[in-house]
Amino acid sequence: MHELSIVYSVVAAVEERAREMGATKVTAVSLRIGALAGVVPDALRFSYDVGTAGTLLEGSALSIEERPVVIHCARCDRDVTIEGIQRFRCPTCDTPSADIRQGREMELVSFEVESAP
Amino acid sequence: MTTRIVEVRRGILKKNDEMAAALRGRFEAAGVLVVSLVSSPGAGKTEFLQKTLLALRAQGLRVAALVGDLETDNDARRLAEAGVPVKQILTHGRCHLEAEWIGDHLADWPLDALDILFIENIGNLVCPASYDLGEAVRVVMLSVTEGEDKPLKYPTIFNGSDLAIITKMDLAAAVEFDRAAAHAAIASVRPGMPVLECSAKRGTGMAEWLAWLTARQAGQRQPATPA
Repeated sequence: MHELSIVYSVVAAVEERAREMGATKVTAVSLRIGALAGVVPDALRFSYDVGTAGTLLEGSALSIEERPVVIHCARCDRDVTIEGIQRFRCPTCDTPSADIRQGREMELVSFEVESAP
Repeated sequence: MTTRIVEVRRGILKKNDEMAAALRGRFEAAGVLVVSLVSSPGAGKTEFLQKTLLALRAQGLRVAALVGDLETDNDARRLAEAGVPVKQILTHGRCHLEAEWIGDHLADWPLDALDILFIENIGNLVCPASYDLGEAVRVVMLSVTEGEDKPLKYPTIFNGSDLAIITKMDLAAAVEFDRAAAHAAIASVRPGMPVLECSAKRGTGMAEWLAWLTARQAGQRQPATPA
């Protein structure tokens, strides 16, 4: 389980930006997690309250956009979304592909702050 | 109070990724091939690496190893018996290595005096998948005693590797290891990845592994082809 480490990385990135802006509180954080990022979204949600306690992010709402894996099928010559991460084959023609076009991302997309007017 | 939405769009592990990219640049400039090894606990990484270090040293290659462990320096001491430079990275309970610690432990090692540097990650098939260490190749190991479907259970790390090694082949018959099923599982999660079958104890398959490594190392040494 390294999801708590990931939460700490999120806290560090958000706090740095939020402080620069003079924000006093972060109310929401939005992440994008690919199916091949090696992070379990439920475990992230579970770790979030612990990892953000005592920081500007304490009490903030976490939203995670989960992204499926997209591979490039050489035979169909197009990008195709696969279901899950156990079978890297084109769902149309069954050709295997190791050419990953989406699904490894682990991104901080945005956050919402409150600041004095 | 006013509320604002701040767009960021950056990698959560940007700091690690940047450090890994800087390390990769240093490794390439020094002409050292960096190979990381990942597996479950007990898959035989240390025994395999010890035999590998001995064999490469016998071939006249300059090799060294960084070994990650949660606690104890037992593995580093075992590896040091091969007579090559070895350093232990203790994570004190953390489940993976990060690029920063690799950089810290290499600070006083002259990289250009090395041909191949091995990084033995923590025995864990989950967490190391997310952390780039600046390695040129990641080798994932699976022992015959673990079950042929392990790649399907841990697809992320298998998908993010460059070579799979099936270890402890000397026990294959005793545990009724199904080779075809293991190869199929690996191919399903990482089409096209080369797979080697080895026994560090008996020495089988080690020649192929050493040939694979030295071919990669020679490629690394090659200066970039002028355009």
